[in-house]
Amino acid sequence: MAASSRAQVLDLYRAMLRESKRFSSYNYRTYAVRRIRDAFRENKNVKDPVEIQTLVNKAKRDLEVIRRQMDSHAVAQAEVHWHNLSSLQPPPPRFKQFSYLSLLISWDYRRTPSHLANFCIFSRDGVSLY
Amino acid sequence: MDVQATTPLDPRVLDAMLPYLINYYGNPHSRTHAYGWESEAAMERARQQVASLIGADPREIIFTSGATESNNIAIKGVARFYRSRKKHLITTQTEHKCVLDSCRSLEAEGFQVTYLPVQKSGIIDLKELEAAIQPDTSLVSVMTVNNEIGVKQPIAEIGQICSSRKVYFHTDAAQAVGKIPLDVNDMKIDLMSISGHKIYGPKGVGAIYIRRRPRVRVEALQSGGGQERGMRSGTVPTPLVVGLGAACEVAQQEMEYDHKRISKLAERLIQNIMKSLPDVVMNGDPEHHYPGCINLSFAYVEGESLLMALKDVALSSGSACTSASLEPSYVLRAIGTDEDLAHSSIRFGIGRFTTEEEVDYTVEKCIQHMKRLREMSPLWEMVQDGIDLKSIKWTQH
Repeated sequence: MAASSRAQVLDLYRAMLRESKRFSSYNYRTYAVRRIRDAFRENKNVKDPVEIQTLVNKAKRDLEVIRRQMDSHAVAQAEVHWHNLSSLQPPPPRFKQFSYLSLLISWDYRRTPSHLANFCIFSRDGVSLY
Repeated sequence: MDVQATTPLDPRVLDAMLPYLINYYGNPHSRTHAYGWESEAAMERARQQVASLIGADPREIIFTSGATESNNIAIKGVARFYRSRKKHLITTQTEHKCVLDSCRSLEAEGFQVTYLPVQKSGIIDLKELEAAIQPDTSLVSVMTVNNEIGVKQPIAEIGQICSSRKVYFHTDAAQAVGKIPLDVNDMKIDLMSISGHKIYGPKGVGAIYIRRRPRVRVEALQSGGGQERGMRSGTVPTPLVVGLGAACEVAQQEMEYDHKRISKLAERLIQNIMKSLPDVVMNGDPEHHYPGCINLSFAYVEGESLLMALKDVALSSGSACTSASLEPSYVLRAIGTDEDLAHSSIRFGIGRFTTEEEVDYTVEKCIQHMKRLREMSPLWEMVQDGIDLKSIKWTQH
């Protein structure tokens, strides 16, 4: 496997910072941005290509963690938002269902276990539950 | 700023837990299908993660519902198992409520307990510990980092003393695990309590480390299906233990970075408060101290009034489990703090997610409100006039 180039590392860095800024929680957002900056800064002089690739792979995994969080946090925010507004009007059922399903879809990154096939069917284009 | 009470979930921990809350919901003790096998694999992975944080073997980790349950198992379990030959236990006066309460309930069963006093620094006197050990002592229990004043006990030395006198050594490491390096073999620890929600893990889970070589025998508190080697029956909550494992792994990776950062923030908080406000005392030894737990006493002002004034900062004036009572903290009383200073103490907690801005804001508001409250305080007025408060005879009406 060719080692990651400087440009690829910088792209990854920018992507991670961009995703981190989407955390709605102040403490998670500031931590993620700070930690990413400090980690990349700390490792900027690493020369060994194997070590670089290990670090890049870890960073890619962490980027996926952050991306998945956006869905879960969006559901949490939506729940809180609707709970606060519940005195005004009932929440449209579509919205809640959509957020929940988008959370379930994002967890499809792991293999779909065959034994679950008879309960829910996840597919790229749509979700049907029965 | 109350991380000793609880900590937020680290996003990496939530990420590890979610699959087990959504799709992989099997009971880890189900032996006959893939749901069970997957859950069991996850549980064992988590066990390995917890074990590697403290230098233990995975077979020595038992999952529980939290450090309180772990403390109960350690103290009551060991005491009751060896009750035929050994009837004495030793602990300190600054332990967590669950340890003290377990000891009290054992006293009602006929055991004898020595509650060691602590010095002004909050640290126990090792010579007193050695003198207190009797031929029929089964267990010594001393917490690693105190949850109210952040003092670190000399665990390695205590471990050495206990191992040489053939007494089991238990430590409640709920506030220490994942924050300072711990090794159960180097420190000769026989039992250790771990709490999930103090290390950015989920609430409702913890673990107990029970040494296998030489084997520590424990009488189980909870009867049932024999899960967790018979020491803690009940279905192991897979999502929670996966969270605990992930929290331990993250803590291991982040320990150095977090410690450096928290030390810097703590230094900033203490320096800025002390240079702007006179008559502020830090409780507990400043050297053998975990930086993230700072307990300050502000003379001439009631702690509760400062807490109410700082209403947009989450702080506490003692541990969460005793925050409802009006009594001053027994930990502060044990280190010899005067009654009035004990009432004026606030605990500041700094954690992984605390920002510099939050610390600066807290310091600024603290100084502002302290000055205002001291203006209103008749005691402060008298001190300014040079009156020695201890010489006053307060009359009864």
